[in-house]
Amino acid sequence: MSDGSGKQAGLLLDEPLIFERSRPGRAAFTIEGEAESAAELLPPELRREPIAGFPEVSEPEVLRHFLRLSQWNLGTATTFYPLGSCTMKYNPVINEALARLPGFAGLHPLVPDEMAQGQLELMWELARCLAEICGMEAISLQPAAGAQGELTGMKMVRAYHVDRGRARKKVLIPASAHGTNPASAALAGYSVVPVEGNRLGLLEAEAVRRAMDDDVAALMVTNPNTLGLFEREIVQIAEVVHAKGGLVYLDGANLNALMGVAKPGHMGADVLQFNLHKTFSTPHGGGGPGAGPIGVGESLVPYLPTPRLVRDEQGVHWADHFPKSIGRVRSFHGNAGMHVRAYAYILALGGDGLALATEMAVLAANYIRKSLDSTYPLAVSETCMHECVFSDKGLEAVGIKTLDIAKRLLDFGFYAPTIYFPLVVSGAIMIEPTETESKETLDEFIAAMREIAREAHESPDRLHAAPTRTPVGRLDEARAARHPVLRWRKSGE
Amino acid sequence: MLGAIGVASVAELFDGIPVELRQRAHLDLAPGLSEPAVRARLESLAARNTGAGLLSFLGAGAYAHFAPAVVDQILQRAEFYSAYTPYQPEVSQGTLQAIFEFQSLVAMLFDQDVANASMYDGASATAEAVLMALRVRSKRHKVLVSGALHPQYRQVVLTYLEGAGHSQVVEIPFDQTGATDLEALADALDDETAAVVVGYPNFFGIVEPLDAVVASAHARGALVISATAETLALGAIKSPGASGGDISVGEGQSLGVPLSYGGPGVGLFATRSEHVRQMPGRLVGETVDGGGRRGYVLTLATREQHIRRERATSNICTNQGLIALAVTVYLSLVGRHGLHKLALTNLRRAHDVASVLCAGPRWRRRFSGPVFNELVIAGYEARAALENARANGVLAGVPLGDWYPELEDCVLVCATEMHSESDVARLVEVLR
Repeated sequence: MSDGSGKQAGLLLDEPLIFERSRPGRAAFTIEGEAESAAELLPPELRREPIAGFPEVSEPEVLRHFLRLSQWNLGTATTFYPLGSCTMKYNPVINEALARLPGFAGLHPLVPDEMAQGQLELMWELARCLAEICGMEAISLQPAAGAQGELTGMKMVRAYHVDRGRARKKVLIPASAHGTNPASAALAGYSVVPVEGNRLGLLEAEAVRRAMDDDVAALMVTNPNTLGLFEREIVQIAEVVHAKGGLVYLDGANLNALMGVAKPGHMGADVLQFNLHKTFSTPHGGGGPGAGPIGVGESLVPYLPTPRLVRDEQGVHWADHFPKSIGRVRSFHGNAGMHVRAYAYILALGGDGLALATEMAVLAANYIRKSLDSTYPLAVSETCMHECVFSDKGLEAVGIKTLDIAKRLLDFGFYAPTIYFPLVVSGAIMIEPTETESKETLDEFIAAMREIAREAHESPDRLHAAPTRTPVGRLDEARAARHPVLRWRKSGE
Repeated sequence: MLGAIGVASVAELFDGIPVELRQRAHLDLAPGLSEPAVRARLESLAARNTGAGLLSFLGAGAYAHFAPAVVDQILQRAEFYSAYTPYQPEVSQGTLQAIFEFQSLVAMLFDQDVANASMYDGASATAEAVLMALRVRSKRHKVLVSGALHPQYRQVVLTYLEGAGHSQVVEIPFDQTGATDLEALADALDDETAAVVVGYPNFFGIVEPLDAVVASAHARGALVISATAETLALGAIKSPGASGGDISVGEGQSLGVPLSYGGPGVGLFATRSEHVRQMPGRLVGETVDGGGRRGYVLTLATREQHIRRERATSNICTNQGLIALAVTVYLSLVGRHGLHKLALTNLRRAHDVASVLCAGPRWRRRFSGPVFNELVIAGYEARAALENARANGVLAGVPLGDWYPELEDCVLVCATEMHSESDVARLVEVLR
């Protein structure tokens, strides 16, 4: 990898910042016409000169720069990416092509509805499919991501209660929940009350009953939970919440375990968010764009964000007049380009294909669980759904922790599982294989995990030093936080 | 695999789910389709989006600009699009370095100290900026929002603020120049005011006198948030940072990202160093590895939901990674002088439209303030004129009456580098 001078060589090429490639006068772009004199159309005090520090590079340099950067990334397209809770399934390439059809990519959001009937029909159909999958009454596609879907849902919970006299004050959230749940509840103006799970991390109706009073606006619950277990008492739990006038927010982050197997609407959920970038294969994009549609039961329909899609004899169009709506959470109509991809995915799989995807995802997770259960301690030993959680318990003695295992996996050519989450498991290693991996890939991963466990005892330093087969070694995160360097600056600035 | 697990069937793996739920779980959806069938179905839907192929002067927060071919070439690299948030920095340096470059470019574009890794869109970035201002000025509760800020941005601000503490939003009217009414602003500002929010350029395409807004707001200790829906403007107009703006947000869709019916776009968010710990969103920072080699990591995460949970600065848990990458590639390509020239070309084109359109008897400019690439024209039976233009295959502009009843006779027209002289002539012809 390295020629000893600190510079990369061979297949891994060094690449400076784009700004460091910049040389005065170089350009990758031209456009016809003289423009300079146009500045006079602005009052002098509003004019701006070309931005100092902006890149001056040629087109081949830009291409080379970003191609080299791409080679420093692992993605699901390059390797197994068992990042628990993130559902890193294969992103069908056809969907990229379809979203780029000029009829979709070139459509302005403010064209009259009759000129966007293909897009609107697609969104209508996607909403119908999502409603069928989750067993809910109505869908809004507007939220831009899962966390925004959560916020939208909690705003609706609030509007529902305000409509009935008072907003209420508290939201119950299990300790195993994603951090976005308490953050979204807080952003909607609620204080968060944690509820403890049982020995298996499962929520019990009795525990919810004890925490439940008429100041509780909602329970936010992830099902399957973040330990990969189905909340068996979910129906009774929902009854307990409803009996006190509360609502059930079901975090749909783990919906990949439920398609064709159980519908949140039947579990008593009043509102949930979908993560199209997880369950419905739209690319994660290095951190987005996602899409976080929400589904609601009858009681929350009046509060859905506006505008809403309606269908009549003329076709599908937007309607704005819903006085109880919480309003907008995003400009225009959500991440429509992601809706195109998700719809194409659902069309390709069909109802039976989606159910099969769930079955295969659960099969793969259990195969990993059983194959590694004598190598690493499981957080819970039960049959899991789409993911399983191990821990680093027992490795303290040899000075190895979860982080070391994760870093060593990178040397084996795999991305690492989600680590140190859920917080209820010390040193958690959360593995979600998804349905898209072959048995051979799972076996390679299992073999790597076993090899790492062996190394932990026989040559722990190899783990401490890992990763060594990556463009950079372990990075000093403490230094980054202590002396934040958050941008490049032109020298002398 | 079943044998290794020790079950007889896949169905057995689902025994933990109550049978009443499983019995009702069948999906009433059509059977799956082959790739050619999926393609045919989507192509036929795309073909029904008849608005996509027309000569269009629609803007209002979503803009059709030219994007060099290299941008999409990079976006189609699966190493970028099939990765996730860079939790493991050693195998995510591509994403991380690109975001670091993005943060640098956005900070320079706004002339601010620091920018985050991006937000969902311009509207939610504006709402998050307001929440941040309420944290920075934690003893104050009032937010003054310009009536000339994009109406959807205003709506999103209201949605985000509802129920979040006891904040109060006051709308400030606009004047005959189309800019925020400075006198009304000065009257509304008081010691309870945490922030003033203006569009820059605003919804009417007007380049607000941001210096004056800042002077007025700062005199009462309020922060100034500027929201730029058309970020290409910042290639030619004074930066919000240079005017003294405290938080500068925007929508980056203009910079290399297709319209896609309004999303995905990318929210831009920048501010001064002193506020960085109150900032929402992901941040990438520079550091070194054990061998002293430069590298990039997610940093200052103690502001964020996965650590701070209900006390986080925001519930956002990712960014718009791939779209931020598009902006980074785009700005690298057009570069320092290309961006300036493009912006000036847009400026020129809008003025061409204004002068030829308003030379006739039907249309006049509604506002007198300086514009970038959008302007409001007023004329009798504006909606009928737009209908007529549409019948002739031209999307001539966005009618303003739905958002502003007092502007029922007004149309927002956007002209860019994509419009030729003959396009402008065609617009004039169909709007006559």
